[in-house]
Amino acid sequence: MTSPFAYARATDEQDAVRLAAQPGATFVAGGTDFLPLWKAGLAAPSRVIDIGRLDLDRIEVRDDVLVIGALARLADAAGHPSIRRELPGLAQALLASASPQVRNMATVGGNLMQRTRCLYFRGADFACNKRVPGSGCSAIEGENRQHAILGTSSACVATHPSDLAVALVALGASVRLRGASGERRLALEDFFLLPGDTPERETVLAAGELLVAVEVPRAPRRSAYLKLRDRASFEFAVVSACVAAELRDGRIATIRLAAGGVATRPWRLNACEAALAGARLDDAALRAASALAAEGARPLGGNGFKVELLQRTVHRLLADVLVTPTSP
Amino acid sequence: MSMPNETVEIGLTVNGRSHRLAVPASATLLDVLHDFLALPGTKKGCDMGSCGACTVLLDARRVNACLALAAQQEGREILTIEGVAEGGALHPLQAAFIARDALQCGYCTPGQIMSALGLMAEGGAQNRAIGEAEIRESMSGNLCRCGAYANIVSAIVDAASSPA
Repeated sequence: MTSPFAYARATDEQDAVRLAAQPGATFVAGGTDFLPLWKAGLAAPSRVIDIGRLDLDRIEVRDDVLVIGALARLADAAGHPSIRRELPGLAQALLASASPQVRNMATVGGNLMQRTRCLYFRGADFACNKRVPGSGCSAIEGENRQHAILGTSSACVATHPSDLAVALVALGASVRLRGASGERRLALEDFFLLPGDTPERETVLAAGELLVAVEVPRAPRRSAYLKLRDRASFEFAVVSACVAAELRDGRIATIRLAAGGVATRPWRLNACEAALAGARLDDAALRAASALAAEGARPLGGNGFKVELLQRTVHRLLADVLVTPTSP
Repeated sequence: MSMPNETVEIGLTVNGRSHRLAVPASATLLDVLHDFLALPGTKKGCDMGSCGACTVLLDARRVNACLALAAQQEGREILTIEGVAEGGALHPLQAAFIARDALQCGYCTPGQIMSALGLMAEGGAQNRAIGEAEIRESMSGNLCRCGAYANIVSAIVDAASSPA
């Protein structure tokens, strides 16, 4: 089932982008997502461009942003002193990702680019529009307990699997992309595409374009990530949520919320945010806002439980993070 | 640049010995340990990063050898289970696995030991007590289908609390 590929080691960013311009090329860094896909016949590049040696693994603290190189390992980002101190929600999401072995290999950029864990996508015996465009979706009428209730289309209901992406969206992160014609920067939220009629396209990344860095704004705010899963560790989220908020005088000055395990891309909880902006920190207000978390949800046969689970997850997260008396 | 089916030349150190090898561009580090270096101690379980049987230390950090492309390992230092005992004496962790009966069929054991070595090396863990809950969380990348988990945790507690 596996197909052979050629190998080229990129020497710098420019070289990587140049090598990737040829059709059939794919970037590989940590390899933790690529190799299982390749072994299952779900990726069949003619050429692998090894970007693992590029100078993109540093984590840099600037005045206004924290810059995480795309090749920083998940374990290194999770253990970085500034991330642990200033962005606990990010550190928690990283430590809740995969296993220690995978966290030592997988890169931040690769994690954001990882493909869905939908069983019908991974199982070649089933129709899947993401794997073979136009072939149909086996999950909509199939086993869909794990699938999305938000952002779905008639073509695809697969959940986005990344914990990290959820935390970064809540923290208002941006990504820097490098292509043949230069660099561009956009909000991570806008990096991921809804499946629509083209679920095979998951990000705005153009062919041969390289994700080079993630930028997280620095601000005195609280943050936390809460992940619910079917076993205690090394498991994808059934439901997860991340909050980042600034408190002032007993009120919520600013707040951003995102959810995972429930949507086709990291899901911003706009209705909750609107209800909480300026709100006083009492449980009734948090509970009322949490009830809006699944607004617009379209559950499938097997995943209706995620509506209430998402609401309760958000409430628990807000109560734990905002009401407990810790600084700032 | 290699063409499909062609090989990539790499130099790497395994258990203290340097090797120069011409490996297939798509070979994993796990397959190279088995097929090129005659080191069968590192086990292939799921071959997709889920079970941890293939855990080795790569530049002193635990990784899944089944998820590592051999071609990417130029210049790296690898430690496998075959390199853990020194001068014929078992590593204290290996001795603890035996003393605690921390295995049944033994297939996952090399990966368990390499993962626990990685755990003990992380964050200067030798200098502090590691709690059972922390061990369980940190060993979640290693499955044991015989279910020897309780004794595996005990063996790691023993080894981590004894002077190295």
